[in-house]
Amino acid sequence: MKMVVAIIQPYKLEDVKEALYAADVNLLTVSEVLGHGRQGGAAEVYRGNKETGNLLRKIRLEIAVNEAFVEPTIEAIQSAARTGEVGDGKIFIYDLHEVVRIRTGERGGEAIG
Amino acid sequence: MNRPRCMAIAALSLAAFPLAAQSSAPAQPFLSTGNTAWVLVATALVMFMTMPALGMFYGGLVRKKNVLNILMQCFITLAVVSALWVAFGYTLAFSDSELIPGVLGDFKWAFLSGISPEALSPYAVSDSVGRIPHLLFAMYQCMFAVITPALIIGAFAERMKFSSFLAFTVAWLFVVYVPLAHMIWSTNGWLAKMGVMDFAGGIVVHINAGVAALVTALYIGKRQALKAFPPHNLPFTLIGAAMLWFGWFGFNAGSSLAADGLAASAFVATNTAAAVAAVVWALVDRLINGKVTILGVGTGAVAGLAAITPAAGFVDVGGAFAIGAASSLVCFFMVSFVKSRMGYDDALDAFGCHGVGGLLGSLATGLLANPAIWKAYGGGHAGLAFGNPRQFLVQLVACAVAVALSLAGTLVILKVIDILNGVRVDSKAEAMGLDITQHEERAYTVIE
Repeated sequence: MKMVVAIIQPYKLEDVKEALYAADVNLLTVSEVLGHGRQGGAAEVYRGNKETGNLLRKIRLEIAVNEAFVEPTIEAIQSAARTGEVGDGKIFIYDLHEVVRIRTGERGGEAIG
Repeated sequence: MNRPRCMAIAALSLAAFPLAAQSSAPAQPFLSTGNTAWVLVATALVMFMTMPALGMFYGGLVRKKNVLNILMQCFITLAVVSALWVAFGYTLAFSDSELIPGVLGDFKWAFLSGISPEALSPYAVSDSVGRIPHLLFAMYQCMFAVITPALIIGAFAERMKFSSFLAFTVAWLFVVYVPLAHMIWSTNGWLAKMGVMDFAGGIVVHINAGVAALVTALYIGKRQALKAFPPHNLPFTLIGAAMLWFGWFGFNAGSSLAADGLAASAFVATNTAAAVAAVVWALVDRLINGKVTILGVGTGAVAGLAAITPAAGFVDVGGAFAIGAASSLVCFFMVSFVKSRMGYDDALDAFGCHGVGGLLGSLATGLLANPAIWKAYGGGHAGLAFGNPRQFLVQLVACAVAVALSLAGTLVILKVIDILNGVRVDSKAEAMGLDITQHEERAYTVIE
């Protein structure tokens, strides 16, 4: 089992969701976060003062998957979130020790999907 | 020859006064301080309807990435149209000399030149003797000219280029609004002479804006990824609806241009129709969707207000009940069923509420206009239900003219702007939201 965490551009969320559903990955957690990578911060203008270096809005996806779904998930996120410009985001994958479904007490792979 | 609202009443020139039917000895028109005080307040109330009221009503309904764009559109419309109205709009709509007879005035009062502070308004509705200042009449009409294009914003919300929106608003003001206002409200307008009754703008404002909204929604196309977006801030929307209701007293009760019984009667009709429409919408909501909703009561009240607008000074309490109830039923049907069936994306139901409500109210005026309401105030026409079937036909003709003019004018303007500049933002800008792409600002922060 793996945990896939992806940081993407907010306006790509709809596309990424569609790509994930098309790859049969139907369960995900989404949060709105702030941060920035290489592209530096956002520019916003308030009363004529351009403010740069602000933290950028990003969307974080968290998706727990069985091994068979790891590559399709990565593939779906990358293909849908990629624009080719700096700021498209990153995907982090790490091992997942255990999953428990609260309602039934199921564990592991059973509990993921 | 006195006609009820608007303006078609009364006299073309200051010298020709007065036409008040009830007085045999002609009384000299004078500046009534009471009437002036009320219309000053009413003018400010109508300004309040565009911004903040309409801005909040619409702003709450969009997604949070587009709320600033909505507020900006309402605010800039207030600024741009106000300036243009004083410069050329007022004179083209209301001057007594004309460029196109019955359709368009001329530049006689450009920049309100020649209108001195002590000049009396050539237009009167219920009090042809106790006048308001001409300048005040021009400003009162200014606020109507502001809110009409602002209403259309609901149709193309979340996807129109800001530059194209500005061009559209300016062009639409002169090509569509000004001629229609002249036809219906000026002394020389051909529909006014035919005897059309539009107390406070059901035709000039609501049908006009509603049809333009439908055309714009069809032309610009649906929003991408269209589905049931939850409104981002319903408290905004309901507060906005309540502020519209509040401002509407200036809109309707102010339209008698006098602080008198007719103003009070219009006030009663306005409040009653809004109240009944909100209650009926709540009942329908409960019946069909199972719950009474915030969005439902707010929408119902606005539909009722749009519908009572042309009728406010002509109908009695029974008429207000009927118009309020009917507007909710019809508008509910339009926005819940017809819109989704036909598949146009009138994002915030500018057509479904204002166009349909205005149409319903304008025709209902031809049915329910009750002579007992306006006979003491300088004449008018009875509706079909009071023995005058002709009035219903006149209303029908005026509605048809408004629909045709708004449809054709809006379409041509959109087409031209589309060729020159494009009306719609690109899909990336639409996905990112208009706040950051059109204005480089955001309404809300996530973490400070």
